[in-house]
Amino acid sequence: MPEGMTAAANPAGQGTAMLEVRDLEAWYGESHVLHGVSLDIRQGEVVTLLGRNGAGKTTTLRAIMGLTGRRTGAIRFEGRETIALRPDLIARAGIAYCPEERGIFASLTVKENLMLPPTIAPGGLSVEEIHTLFPNLKEREGSQGTKLSGGEQQMLAIGRILRTGARLLLLDEPSEGLAPVIVQQIGVTIRKLKERGFTVLLVEQNFRFAQTVADRHYVMEHGRVVDMVANQDLAASMDRLHEYLGV
Amino acid sequence: MESLIFFLEDAAPLLVLGLVNGAFYALLSLGLAVIFGMLNVINFTHGAQFMMGAFVAWMLLSWAGIGYWGALILAPLIVGAVGVLIEKTMISRLYKLDHLYGLLLTFGCALVIEGLFRNNFGVSGLPYAVPAELRGGIDLGFMFLPTYRGWVVLMAVVMCLLTWYVIEKTKVGSYLRAATERPQLVQAFGVNVPRMMTLTYGAGVALAAFAGVLAAPIYSVRPDMGASFIITVFAVVVIGGMGSIMGSIVTGFMLGFVQGVTELIYPPFAQTVVFFIMAIVLLTRPAGLFGRA
Ligand SMILES: Nc1ncnc2c1ncn2[C@@H]1O[C@H](COP(=O)(O)OP(=O)(O)OP(=O)(O)O)[C@@H](O)[C@H]1O
Ligand SMILES: [Mg+2]
Repeated sequence: MPEGMTAAANPAGQGTAMLEVRDLEAWYGESHVLHGVSLDIRQGEVVTLLGRNGAGKTTTLRAIMGLTGRRTGAIRFEGRETIALRPDLIARAGIAYCPEERGIFASLTVKENLMLPPTIAPGGLSVEEIHTLFPNLKEREGSQGTKLSGGEQQMLAIGRILRTGARLLLLDEPSEGLAPVIVQQIGVTIRKLKERGFTVLLVEQNFRFAQTVADRHYVMEHGRVVDMVANQDLAASMDRLHEYLGV
Repeated sequence: MESLIFFLEDAAPLLVLGLVNGAFYALLSLGLAVIFGMLNVINFTHGAQFMMGAFVAWMLLSWAGIGYWGALILAPLIVGAVGVLIEKTMISRLYKLDHLYGLLLTFGCALVIEGLFRNNFGVSGLPYAVPAELRGGIDLGFMFLPTYRGWVVLMAVVMCLLTWYVIEKTKVGSYLRAATERPQLVQAFGVNVPRMMTLTYGAGVALAAFAGVLAAPIYSVRPDMGASFIITVFAVVVIGGMGSIMGSIVTGFMLGFVQGVTELIYPPFAQTVVFFIMAIVLLTRPAGLFGRA
């Protein structure tokens, strides 16, 4: 499978992708977690990363942000190689990250959490626009960040990276552990972000949710990307995906 | 009524002394808390940096003719810059290792710095005069308050509140608090966290040096002036709870005051009382009075 899919993994073709990841390997200390991840994301696309627990989805996002230990391979963002950059410089290049554990700061209020990530470029959402997307955040502005409900914390974690002007958003399982209504609301938000021209790399296990928002899906197994399915081919590829994901 | 006035006449100077000590405890433990919160390093060089503040004030006066007011601003900047250098060249290499290494390194730095000053300036103290504007005292009716001591307490309160305000209420402070919780994530948002750690160390050190300048006219300027203070300050930090900003301020003043009261009631116990309280706190609230467990 991995051999035959190199072409499929680069549907965007050389040079046109906003983010190009090639043969990315990453380590946490001694443990070798990513064994050659290759993927492409074009400007304006919503792409998901599917895979079982422990497949390396979170690690892929963390490696793109420079948050793992040693990394090798290539990560080109808007034509610029970022693999040797520090995380803060990668962020300033225009990539924003929403971690799986949400990363809401307990010692900051909701408002402080929202305003924390520095603006790195013009073109981000205004605070009013974020409040329109997530009205709860406005109501609870003065509360301690971690006093919010799980869903509200997820909204805050997404909301705060929309302000910064970053053009590529890395979202790690935003639907995890949330009630269906809130998952739906997050789906609406992601589609709105796509309309506004944001590019999104979305880690998901919730396959039903992923298919409502994404253009393409990459499948990861054991630290590698092993397959790619366009959203319109999803129905035809069901059997294959079920096998990968063990659902 | 009459006996109360007599009592106050006896008690007031000791309580003021306690409050002045408390002012230094608060300033020093505040700096330690700021550094520990951000860097996760217990800065054992803090006492030496306090001493350096006093010495730099003395040098500025003797070698450059710059008086107390100039020193109050310049000495913290100079000693803070030395702190930045120490963080950049040495401490920053230890963040990935166990706490213990930072502790050993900063302890070693303290010994080296104190040794250097002892070699060059001897062990007997150098005099540093109270600035002309702050000489004399104020008659409060029940006591005579030396102006300079009042000034020290006032400055310490102002500095502590200012630091608290910056950390708890400003944008820069929100970066500091956030980076204390999750430095990696804050860096992934585009904040240069390593540089922030360097500057935080520099600021904590500058705070110690500021206290050193305040102390110069009260205690003589000696290489061991920090070492004797810092032991009590570490007890204060343990009692208040490591890393709590308001906790270290309140505990610092409180314990200085408790020492003053003890001096009044049973003088031999005054030097020990802080450690006695520390033992009780450790047994009943190991995270400290204000610490988050
Ligand atoms: N900090 C770490 N140190 C060492 N190994 C780690 C670390 N974090 C993750 N791993 C290992 O790396 C592998 C991939 O983990 P990762 O978190 O990327 O998986 P994932 O696909 O995001 O899984 P999940 O769906 O459960 O979130 C796992 O085997 C995990 O045990
Ligand atoms: Mg994960």
